[in-house]
Amino acid sequence: MNHDPFQWGRPSNDTYGPYNHRIAQANNAEFIDHSNTSLHSAFPKMNTQQPIITGTSVIASKFSNGIIMAADHVGSYGSLLRFNNIQRLIRVGSETVVGISGDISDLQYIERLLDELEIEEEVYDNEADGANAFLRAPNVHEYLSRVMYNRRSKMNPLWNSIVVGGFDSERKPFLKYVDLLGVTYHASTIATGFGSHLAIPLLRQLIPEDKDYVKVNETEARKVVDDCMRVLFYRDARSGEQFSRVVITFDDEKSGNDKINFEFVKDVKVENQSWRFAQDIRGYASKQQ
Amino acid sequence: MFRNNYDNDSVTYSPTGRLFQVEYALEAIKQGSAAVGLTSANHVVLVALKRNAEELGSYQKKIIKIDDHMGVALAGLAPDARVLSNYLRKQAMQCKMIFNRPIQTYKAALSIADKAQENTQSYGLRPYGVGLLISGYDETGAHLLEFQPSGSVLEYFGAAIGARSQAARTYLERNLEEIKQSESVEQLIVHGLNALRDTLSQDVELNSKNTTVSVVGKDQPFVLYDDENVQQWLDKLDSVTNDRNRNDGSGSGDDNENDNNEDNKDEEGLKDNVETQQQQQQQPLGETREGDADRMETDE
Repeated sequence: MNHDPFQWGRPSNDTYGPYNHRIAQANNAEFIDHSNTSLHSAFPKMNTQQPIITGTSVIASKFSNGIIMAADHVGSYGSLLRFNNIQRLIRVGSETVVGISGDISDLQYIERLLDELEIEEEVYDNEADGANAFLRAPNVHEYLSRVMYNRRSKMNPLWNSIVVGGFDSERKPFLKYVDLLGVTYHASTIATGFGSHLAIPLLRQLIPEDKDYVKVNETEARKVVDDCMRVLFYRDARSGEQFSRVVITFDDEKSGNDKINFEFVKDVKVENQSWRFAQDIRGYASKQQ
Repeated sequence: MFRNNYDNDSVTYSPTGRLFQVEYALEAIKQGSAAVGLTSANHVVLVALKRNAEELGSYQKKIIKIDDHMGVALAGLAPDARVLSNYLRKQAMQCKMIFNRPIQTYKAALSIADKAQENTQSYGLRPYGVGLLISGYDETGAHLLEFQPSGSVLEYFGAAIGARSQAARTYLERNLEEIKQSESVEQLIVHGLNALRDTLSQDVELNSKNTTVSVVGKDQPFVLYDDENVQQWLDKLDSVTNDRNRNDGSGSGDDNENDNNEDNKDEEGLKDNVETQQQQQQQPLGETREGDADRMETDE
């Protein structure tokens, strides 16, 4: 190590030879150099990527007897709103939904993992009848968190933030988050990306503390989530007007039979937008009419 | 000599479609001491008879804990049981790690069934020489499964494996309804010990050294009673010796002989049956007549 204060922490040139600064600046473009294959051996192995096509926020909330989740249909290519038909809420089994934001190609990979998981857990050798589905939301979340942490530990993360919603084994609403670092937390209201700045404050007005979700009914939760989607459409430059909404409820007191209602609505439009005030705004300060 | 051509390895079928190596492995289970399992709606009990090689030796462990909700009893080659139970433990831990839930009993059982089955279709491997009774309590309730080295796994209300296990099975069959409706763990254990008692040979009685009991069930993590802990259950029995031996109490020497004869007869009868079946199946096949003759020779 070099102890010269201006070079502190660097490998000393005498011992290791001059440092190749291109290593630190290496990027994917350089890595895929078709004309000069020798670069492959000259550089360390590199998986780390950056997201290309991305999806923005997923927002979700618990309420007294279920959960609600929403995400829009946009797949952005940088600032180009390239795709408007990306389905980012994925149904897993009969009572779980997984909402994914971040890189869309990784989303599609996770989608396939979840398909495999569903087949393996709910079909193969499954002796239980339909009423006894074993693949519950906590299991799906634990599985995804293992996948995500494993991949980031290989320095090759799946570039996503994921929200898993459903019910736990006691049929209580379940909502938990996991992201590209393998970080997980659970809360009564969860949002990813831009939503964590804009939607969480609104959702937290409805559910100030985690335990308060039991005081909130489905109608109230729906309203606030729709409001959140509108606010996000106003202020998030990567968001779209169409979104999907999933509401899963569990009625035990109503019917007596433990029935799960899974409502998956696509192409919901952001409504009640207010733009009329805009006509009164002129200039940036002193301009009159 | 009939068998000899077809029982050298587990990849050879006999002309009647049997895998003799697998059948020999099943035979190893019958050499092991008895283990009994039985279920009520909410509990599974395993009881087993431990054997010691000699008076100075310790008793071979018969029941192995897999996880808080699962345990197995073994009959046959103990080292094979260790391999399989360690594999089961790994599966249980993996399920906890990846899915954050206890492994399903049937899933665990099928995982070792697949493992055992592989050993019956590749050259150079041998089938496991151990039978397991797998007890577990999971989301779908209490389960008792019997695992055989052939790879077959079946679920039972009550099952027994090992030496003289037919006696225990008979007891379980006779008391099935009562056992199924047992409210308390105590009733279930007593039934289990009664069944186990029927497998005892003349000179042995159940005591705290040779008896082992385990329970798993609703709000009851897997628990193993051994040595002084098992005495509490033995105390609940009316007798610790085999019923059959007690009833024809006089002239114990004769009894012993009779007993042995009976056992032998049973076994021979069984063999006879099997062989007649073979014969019947083979008759139409001209090719196997020779082998048939071979067998007749050796029998004589």
